[in-house]
Amino acid sequence: MPLQSTMIELSRHIVRTLLGIKWALLALALLLAFNAIFTDNFFEIRFQDGHLYGTLIDILNHGSKVAIVAVGMTLVIATAGVDLSVGAIVAISGAVAASLLVERGAPWYVAIVAALVTSLALGLWNGALVVWLRLQPIVATLILMVAGRGVAQLITDGRIITFEDSHLAWFGNGALFALPVPVTMLALVAGVGALLTRRTALGMFIESVGDNEQASRLAGVPDRAVKLFVYTFCGLCAGIAGIIECSYIKAADANNAGQLLELDAILAVVIGGTSLMGGRFFILGSIVGALLMQALTKTLYMLDVSADIAPAPKAIAVVLVCLLQSPAGRELIARWRSRRRGGSA
Amino acid sequence: MTSANVHRLAVALLAALLVGCHKSGPGETAAGDSSSAARTKIRVGFSQIGAESDWRKANTESIKSEAAARGVELIFSDAQQKKENQIKALRNFIVQDVDVIVLAPVVKTGWEPVLKEIRDAGIPVVLTDRRVENEDLYRTFIGADFVEEGRRAARWLVDATGGKAVIVELEGTPGADPAIDRKKGFHEVIAQYPEMKVIKSQSGEFTRAKGREVMETFLKSPEGPSITALFAHNDDMALGAIQAIEEAGLKPGEDILIVSIDGVYAAFEAMVAGKLNCTVECNPLLGPQLFDTIEDILAGRDVPKWIKTEEGVFTRETAAEDIKHRRY
Repeated sequence: MPLQSTMIELSRHIVRTLLGIKWALLALALLLAFNAIFTDNFFEIRFQDGHLYGTLIDILNHGSKVAIVAVGMTLVIATAGVDLSVGAIVAISGAVAASLLVERGAPWYVAIVAALVTSLALGLWNGALVVWLRLQPIVATLILMVAGRGVAQLITDGRIITFEDSHLAWFGNGALFALPVPVTMLALVAGVGALLTRRTALGMFIESVGDNEQASRLAGVPDRAVKLFVYTFCGLCAGIAGIIECSYIKAADANNAGQLLELDAILAVVIGGTSLMGGRFFILGSIVGALLMQALTKTLYMLDVSADIAPAPKAIAVVLVCLLQSPAGRELIARWRSRRRGGSA
Repeated sequence: MTSANVHRLAVALLAALLVGCHKSGPGETAAGDSSSAARTKIRVGFSQIGAESDWRKANTESIKSEAAARGVELIFSDAQQKKENQIKALRNFIVQDVDVIVLAPVVKTGWEPVLKEIRDAGIPVVLTDRRVENEDLYRTFIGADFVEEGRRAARWLVDATGGKAVIVELEGTPGADPAIDRKKGFHEVIAQYPEMKVIKSQSGEFTRAKGREVMETFLKSPEGPSITALFAHNDDMALGAIQAIEEAGLKPGEDILIVSIDGVYAAFEAMVAGKLNCTVECNPLLGPQLFDTIEDILAGRDVPKWIKTEEGVFTRETAAEDIKHRRY
């Protein structure tokens, strides 16, 4: 029974994934429960102009942008790398799309394809620096992080380019299946990522490269191709996020778009249970991590926490999740559990 | 390829990249001939912060064109947001023995040594846009009064609402001078009207995206439906908030009155479209005032320590006419 065995394998996989990301899920659940009690209107959702409207929908909407980048970042981090340039790629992608549309009069689909191809190429550039020049990932991508925003400024001539094109604006403002478009984009990106890594050998290759690069090369894993792929994929993810960001405000803001997004994405990946040392990775975990951070931001807004001190409660929450996930934290919990079990027996 | 070669290639590529990023090095774009025998022309050295925004570009343009119009020789230096570059430029100005040095400092602190060198060389210093800490080291400061901008925004809102409003506020980046001062000025005026209340205040970090996101949250809060006015510390956040208000099914400019600060071109476009009610100008066109002051200093006349820039308040009623005269 191939179908049956597939289903069994799938459900086993789902259970394993959920166990891997339980702390991030738990934190998200706690945060939502907190809001259910203390924040008025938090769960209020109504139907307006053909789509759902409410705070939870906003969290999904804004969280999706970070989550899309985090999906790409997950694969990079799984190879024991990191991509610091995603924020800059977001700025470049938006700048390319808006300037083609407004200044060159290109149709919206040309603008989007050009932006995505540019992002793909920038991701490939990162990968090439890591693979062929053997630069450390943090240094290789730092180059584009520093230079990229300047490139975006050059493209827009240092101005904020605004547009009214309804097609391009749809990606950040429209609705699909009653939800904001970015949610569907996230589902697409995550789906492609999951299919590529879980239905083919690529996922295993990525984990093996992250666990032990030399051993996997000796075992015949095409480590260079794997690395090129993850950086290129991450660049593409950032490009998609760039389209969403510039579409959302109907403007390419080269100076501010994607500012500090690399740190948010890395944080989302770490909260999601993927280790910065590489190896096992959790795409779903990173998405939950991104949503958790967005929910936290939203909660602080709704509780009128002043912007000066808002980073502090955020940091505390992040530290807690990371502590629970750390090897030492896990050991502590395991010991505590076995002692309880021993006591009751 | 040996690893040494790889190394060299990497270094070469990096170097090429870094050079490429700095389209033009910091320096003296229009350095004149300092040994000219007959020096009838006034020579002014101007160290500008950079070209990071439309505001800054308009600022540079105004000063350059005014210098050209008055026949002043302007030695312009773009510091690309780096203090080291500004200090280097200032020392160059001393060597070139200019008549007046104009400085738009990128940060507040750490200017004592170089400003003392300038004082010893006997060259007067005029600051624009931003101030340095030590008041003894410059002749005068020409720049905006952020507190007054906040007051003006508040006064407009008082007039427009008859002193009765439920206000939300989008603040600038926490800790930034304009954010602190604009808030202070606004609240100072609002405090005199018991029926004007600021019910929510959050940072939109001076950007469109954050302005929109925070406004979304304001509108969905329990107090959301009672909001009648928005005060944004800059135009960009107001423009983002306008989108959030429209998304909520409300009419920006009608259901919620919006006042912001800066007076950028996009704000005038929004006023023409009826979506923004008022913008308080933060004027970058300092050229004329700057050179009036320089002429006063060189003629030996006294100048005040702070020369406030001439700034207007623009509303949507006259926006269609005003936008024709806007240059940035």
